[in-house]
Amino acid sequence: MNNLPQQTLTWKIGGEAGFGIMTVGLMFSKVSIREGFHIFDYVEYPSLIRGGHNVYEVRVSSNEVYCQERKVDILVALNQETVSLHKDEMKDDSVIIYDNEKTKISATDFAPSVILLAVPIAKIIKEAGASLVMQNNVALGASCAVIGFSKETMLLVIKDMFLDKGEQVVKDNSIAATLGYDYVSNNYKDKFAKKLTPSKTNDQIVLTGNEAIGLAALASDCRFYCAYPMSPSSSLLHFMAAKADECGIVVKHAEDEIAVINMGIGASYGGIRAMVGTSGGGFSLMVEGLGLAGLTETSLVIFEGQRPGPATGLPTWTAQADLEFLMHAAQDEFPRIILSPGDVEEAFWLTVEAFNLADIYQTPVFILSDKYLAESHKSAAPFDFTKIKIDRGKLITSGNTTDLSKYLRYQDTSDGISPRVIVGTKGTYFLTNSYEHEENGLSTEDSSQRIKQVNKRARKLVLYENNLPAPNLYGDMDSDITLIAWGSTKGPVISALAQNNYVIAGKTVNFLHLNHVWPLPRKAISNILSRSKKRIMIEGNSTGQMGKVLRRETGVVVDDYLLKYDGRPFYEDEIIDKVTKSL
Amino acid sequence: MIVADYQTNRFPTWCPGCGDFGIWGALKTSWVKMGWNPWDFAIVFGIGCSGNMADFIKVYGFHSLHGRALPNAVGLKIANHKLPVVVVAGDGDCYGEGGNHFIHTCRGNHDISLVVHDNRVYGLTTGQVAPTATQGFKSKSTPDGIIEVRINPLALAITQGATFVAQGFAGDIPHLTQLLIDSYNHRGFSVVNVLQPCVTFNKINTYMYYREHTYKLDSSHNPQDKISALTKVMDDERIPLGILYKEERKTYEQSLNQIATNTLVEKPYNLNLNSLLNEFK
Repeated sequence: MNNLPQQTLTWKIGGEAGFGIMTVGLMFSKVSIREGFHIFDYVEYPSLIRGGHNVYEVRVSSNEVYCQERKVDILVALNQETVSLHKDEMKDDSVIIYDNEKTKISATDFAPSVILLAVPIAKIIKEAGASLVMQNNVALGASCAVIGFSKETMLLVIKDMFLDKGEQVVKDNSIAATLGYDYVSNNYKDKFAKKLTPSKTNDQIVLTGNEAIGLAALASDCRFYCAYPMSPSSSLLHFMAAKADECGIVVKHAEDEIAVINMGIGASYGGIRAMVGTSGGGFSLMVEGLGLAGLTETSLVIFEGQRPGPATGLPTWTAQADLEFLMHAAQDEFPRIILSPGDVEEAFWLTVEAFNLADIYQTPVFILSDKYLAESHKSAAPFDFTKIKIDRGKLITSGNTTDLSKYLRYQDTSDGISPRVIVGTKGTYFLTNSYEHEENGLSTEDSSQRIKQVNKRARKLVLYENNLPAPNLYGDMDSDITLIAWGSTKGPVISALAQNNYVIAGKTVNFLHLNHVWPLPRKAISNILSRSKKRIMIEGNSTGQMGKVLRRETGVVVDDYLLKYDGRPFYEDEIIDKVTKSL
Repeated sequence: MIVADYQTNRFPTWCPGCGDFGIWGALKTSWVKMGWNPWDFAIVFGIGCSGNMADFIKVYGFHSLHGRALPNAVGLKIANHKLPVVVVAGDGDCYGEGGNHFIHTCRGNHDISLVVHDNRVYGLTTGQVAPTATQGFKSKSTPDGIIEVRINPLALAITQGATFVAQGFAGDIPHLTQLLIDSYNHRGFSVVNVLQPCVTFNKINTYMYYREHTYKLDSSHNPQDKISALTKVMDDERIPLGILYKEERKTYEQSLNQIATNTLVEKPYNLNLNSLLNEFK
């Protein structure tokens, strides 16, 4: 952290699908981090391949950035629709970069201080003899010049991003970006008031929640990833599939989600770490398999990226409405663990933890994410892989000297965890059984055997609960108001509070963030919440699911809710408004 | 190993005279002949009278869900492709509830031997109709007779990419034993459909019925001839027994460079993690 004044701005680009909005957005994020800034980016797009309105925004700051911003400093309009949809998001000193030969702008729509910066993007492309698909690069160049990012950094990012597509692609993109950069430098030098001076932040990486999870899975020795495409989990499938050859893992796109979870279970039974991924709709098909993993005590990591539903719902938008579904999915009772990361760093480290927990407790472990975390990039310090400890739990390998002649797969141990032997280990054999079973695995309907196994499985979760870390409390322990959120809603809440130094309308506010969401660290939560005078629960569903779970599990009743279920993430101003109005 | 070495201390719960006894016997004999110890292979069982065999066999067994044995077996095979994997399932299990998995496992040519108990009826749930039942078959769930035509699992297997397709009869244990051994020795997805009389719920497709309607394929049948195989399996009146179709095609696991030498489970872990970060800079 430096002591210089904070430099910050939000850049937004809009256009049709097919205009390369996602590519140029990521390039802008990368230029920003290489110029020494932190970023958070956020995309909105409909469930279409071509057409429709795509928007990519990047919030850049010399301090850490946690979420998107409602207002923008630089709007890049690649079509008319971008202007009409986003003209109300301008700040007084904002800039609109637009193609004056394609897009009409009415100056009366804007405050006089807003800079209307005409860049004849299509004409520039045409004169250079380049393809119109390169217009996103012209826009990138124009944007970098307006902000004051170096042309060299921009060209290096282009080179790194396109090198695997060949020198010619790098060259074409570089030329287009340079044309945009030079046009603005020559015609509009120093018009923009919020130019950024390169910051001194150490080297960072920029990645999405899904990429952080994929990276963590590889770092955790996951050797099999199985999925069926479904937004917003598909990008994890693509990441893992692209890494399969290089990393020596197997990635399978199976015929349906029922097969997906059953293949995951089969691979885990075969002795390797396995993960499956889906969204709520696909998980609906996996529910039966979840019970199979629970009863057979098979380790499995399940990634669930939430989107609004039910049924097909809003495929490309965000939600936090599957918590209770995951808590209760599948008939009867068995232990399960649900982790819900708040940002890319937590996505990485909780995935590492998920694989260890699955192996230690021999039960399904969820990583519950959502579209907002799955697809938003955030800058972060490179992960320190040396801190990863792989714990495979009570695994008996052929190297161990344990006498296997009396081995019992479902041995009734004091902690509920039975030692595990990998299928194929010489000198023993056992039945892994979806029927209720005796300690040796053979089916039983005997009352005492049933009770013994139910209790054995339940003890695993008691042990886990005793080892649960306390939740993170941001701000002072004794504050006037406590905000509570789980998963990805962390970003907007932290951001809203940090920029107000944890004081809103004269009241001190702290924030309890939950990322170990089932089972909950009950004692720690009630210790914190019993001291708070007013509690506001903030979550992305219409019924206040976590609020209800907190009441049931801790007895703590939240005083007020801020709920959102329109597919959009929370914004800082909504949180500040809620706190202000609740006084 | 002798046959008795594979038996647990539980005696089968099948009805006296059930075709499952014959399949059970053929399976155990086939393993003796393969020289397999109980830890040298794994069996994934479906749910049904067939899957209940799991409690009667000493082996690495995985008693799966109804219809899901195949995807469990595919996952296991990917994790450890050097371990022979056998799937024991039923007709409703594999062709009904798990029909989608059956088609796609054929396509993938996973190196798995599937043994289906085909009794054309649901035994364990007390006698409803199975997808293999003849059209018009009356059962508790179809008192007026089943409206749908029967599924043809062998034609489906041949057309969807299974590379070893055979049919046996629970009443001919030596013949079935040899089919099973041939399926284990085949590299790729093997389907062995076993005609299995259900003495309690199917009074039509009896031992006598199959003795009258089946014939053994002889050397005049060329298992490489897909059209000839299809013609034979389309005939409901003269039912063929033996290897109908056989093809050499790369298995799913053979197509994965990642496991060309070591299995996933035995590979050492040696990723250069820091180099994975480069694309995010």
